[in-house]
Amino acid sequence: MDTREKDIENLKDYKYGFTTDIENIKAPKGLNENVIKFISNIKKEPKWMLDFRLKAFERFKLLKEPNWQKPKYPKIDYQDLYYYSAPKSMKDKPKSLDELDPKLLETYNKLGIPLQEQARLNGIAVDAVFDSVSVATTFKGELTKHGIIFCSMSEAIQKHPDLVKKYLGTVIPTTDHFFATLNSAVFTDGSFVYIPEGVKCPMELSTYFRINASETGQFERTLIIADKGSYVSYLEGCTAPMRDENQLHAANVELIALDDAEIKYSTVQNWYPGDENGKGGIYNFVTKRGLCKGKNSKISWTQVETGSAITWKYPSCILKGDNSIGEFYSIAITNNHQKADTGTKMIHLGKNTKSKIISKGISAGFSDMTYRGLVDINSKAKNSSNYTQCDSLLMGNKCGAHTVPYIKNKNFDSNVAHEATTSKISEEQLHYCQQRGLNPEEAVGLIVNGFCKEVLQQLPMEFAVEAQKLVGISLEGSVG
Amino acid sequence: MKEQLKIDFNKIQKVSNFSNRDIEIKKSYLNKFIENGFPNRKQENWKFLDINQIISNNISDLSFYNDYSIENKIDSSIFIDDLEHNKIIFINGRIEKIDFSYEDKKQIEIIEDSYTIDKSENNNSLIDLNIALSNKHFKILIKKSYSLKKPLIIYHLTNERMKSKNINLRLDFELEQNSSLKLIDFFSDDSEKNFMNIFYNFNLDSDAILKNYKIDRSLNKNLKYSFNNINQKQNSISETFVFSAGSDYFKNEINCNLKGEYSSAFINGIFSLDDNKQHEISTTINHLVENTKSYQLIKSVLGKNTKSAYQGRIYVDSKAQKTDGYQLSKAILLDETSEFNAKPELEIYADDVKCSHGSASGSLDDNSIFYLMSRGLNYKQAKGLLINGFLLDVIEKITDAEIKDLLKKMIGLKK
Repeated sequence: MDTREKDIENLKDYKYGFTTDIENIKAPKGLNENVIKFISNIKKEPKWMLDFRLKAFERFKLLKEPNWQKPKYPKIDYQDLYYYSAPKSMKDKPKSLDELDPKLLETYNKLGIPLQEQARLNGIAVDAVFDSVSVATTFKGELTKHGIIFCSMSEAIQKHPDLVKKYLGTVIPTTDHFFATLNSAVFTDGSFVYIPEGVKCPMELSTYFRINASETGQFERTLIIADKGSYVSYLEGCTAPMRDENQLHAANVELIALDDAEIKYSTVQNWYPGDENGKGGIYNFVTKRGLCKGKNSKISWTQVETGSAITWKYPSCILKGDNSIGEFYSIAITNNHQKADTGTKMIHLGKNTKSKIISKGISAGFSDMTYRGLVDINSKAKNSSNYTQCDSLLMGNKCGAHTVPYIKNKNFDSNVAHEATTSKISEEQLHYCQQRGLNPEEAVGLIVNGFCKEVLQQLPMEFAVEAQKLVGISLEGSVG
Repeated sequence: MKEQLKIDFNKIQKVSNFSNRDIEIKKSYLNKFIENGFPNRKQENWKFLDINQIISNNISDLSFYNDYSIENKIDSSIFIDDLEHNKIIFINGRIEKIDFSYEDKKQIEIIEDSYTIDKSENNNSLIDLNIALSNKHFKILIKKSYSLKKPLIIYHLTNERMKSKNINLRLDFELEQNSSLKLIDFFSDDSEKNFMNIFYNFNLDSDAILKNYKIDRSLNKNLKYSFNNINQKQNSISETFVFSAGSDYFKNEINCNLKGEYSSAFINGIFSLDDNKQHEISTTINHLVENTKSYQLIKSVLGKNTKSAYQGRIYVDSKAQKTDGYQLSKAILLDETSEFNAKPELEIYADDVKCSHGSASGSLDDNSIFYLMSRGLNYKQAKGLLINGFLLDVIEKITDAEIKDLLKKMIGLKK
């Protein structure tokens, strides 16, 4: 069996589908003020944080669940979820990795994310989030030398309250939409990154999200601040066990880039997509928003979306600073009964702002894929430009591919260009590859990888290899 | 508004003589409209230009009552001289004249149609309003293999008698097998602050050809909405051209159902707007069977305080393999207060298709202006030349040579 076949074997059982049998502390089921107080209390949060949550919860009570999206899902009973679940061993936070529950270490090893620093040769600092809490952050010492803060959100609230207070909720306010507001009220953990002025982060930072407990929602909150002239590249990976129920993942990610700073945010999302009949899987309803606050700042989103039963997210850029740049590169693959409604928003507010959107959608099986995007050029955003390209590839006639771009140009100095195509792999291309000795599946793999190349190139090395494999695996069985 | 609607509805029924059945149907549509009201920006299709708001900003005390018994004088000076044509003249929404003098009378039938309940769930409350309040409506039937010798021009005229009124009118067209019709809608107004709501329904049998040109050129302060529903059978062709310029607000909505193999739909449009005008073209092409084709090209030139919107939706059913769908929208923004909105949408459920869309907007190209000026044109001439060239592209898509010439003359592209 060559490696590719092994990968395929693995996928048949979704290789990350195991559960870790570990004792949990859970908040009482349901959503109310007491649960929020429970979360805040167990995390020993200061009062201002609790007030932030309660304010969001007040607002949440007034909001209605949105229903304009393409993939419809059965109504979620928000009172029937656990909003906090943490391994019992995490109650008194272990001081070092040696004290960490071996079961947790084993889980991450199984996922291919060894937390012991000596095991990590590729030099990526990892923050591992297990259900509702961050279990470990690696390479802290090395990062501290540069003045970089990379820790869990809970730790940041304790240790760096000034920074958190100053920036939390400034990009995604507590008054935002339904899921974002819910997150503001009940978020549990996530990563916090602060890169000081002029520092180029010497290694990739990474968070690995794992949902383990059943009937829980994961509400992660990530905040990344790149101060003047700094640079950071951040990776995010996610998996979950196979369960028959649908689990909710409603994260908020806020990025803030000050003058001349650059943030590169990459995601390889491989949540459990449900079985081939569409049973189970994660609802990935995530709010990701970046603010190019300063002049000449840049935020770049790269995402490879292969998992989740339903993906519903629009990583966005608010280009507020003059000359700021926003980029969005996306590959979204849906197979079987998966559904995705994803895209981006580029809001041009500052002068000479530029944005670029490259989106590649591939749908196979019975799946449905929608690209939905907004390019909004404000009347003050002089001399701005946007280029959008979104291509879709269809495999089979039971799936759907949709493109819904919104274009608003209110500035006569600015240029907006949008292109989209939808097609299938042409017979000629397949014939050409097969003629040269590839079997049909290899031929499709080759063509699909070529189709995605523009986006794959944007990923950091280690991720690119993984993503490329994932692309091949996700489409397994869709040819013919 | 509710009370006003009911009073006006009853008044209309008093002066018209509808059958009891028709009145019942109309009543049910009236109730549906009362329930939903004018569409607003919460509805996806009205996101860019909110008709509810536009009506309340422009027309105070909108009245729905129209006395269709009053005859209006026809002012023949507005007729188009350069082109021999058949006429239907609407004044204030009332049919004043139907004239098919160039045609074989046996081949065209004009039938007074009664209302039927539309079973398809339409969510367009303006159509409900139209059915509830429009006058008697006619169906024009063109018989098998007959092509009209001359185009038919429908004049939509209003006179100063109308103010703050809602005008609803409706026509149905039935094109039998292998027949063809060239239809020009020509708008001219001597009134202001009215809301006109036009609903056309076309049924094209196999091999039929429909060409519909809508010309809204003369400046006026009315608000207009026009809805074309086109059903197409095998091998039929529909061509729709919209010249959208004169009214304060104009939304053209075109819904095309390609139900027969090898049928095709072409939609081309120009927005040429100035001074606070807000126009929209919204299209839906439903590719329902194999081997169908659609092509759309929309261009905007936008002056001071103007806003144009293009919403184009291509739907490809899972049965509709080998579909060809194409959309392109381009806009030139001339002023810092102009705004262009687009939502070109693809919804595709079949894999063997070629669908694409493109959209581009920006200002006039400085290099091109410089090029022309270096060759002796002044700024104004250079700008004019570039804009004309930009728009000519769309005019050239018109397949009827006579009408193409007429339009070029009207727009000033040809003397």
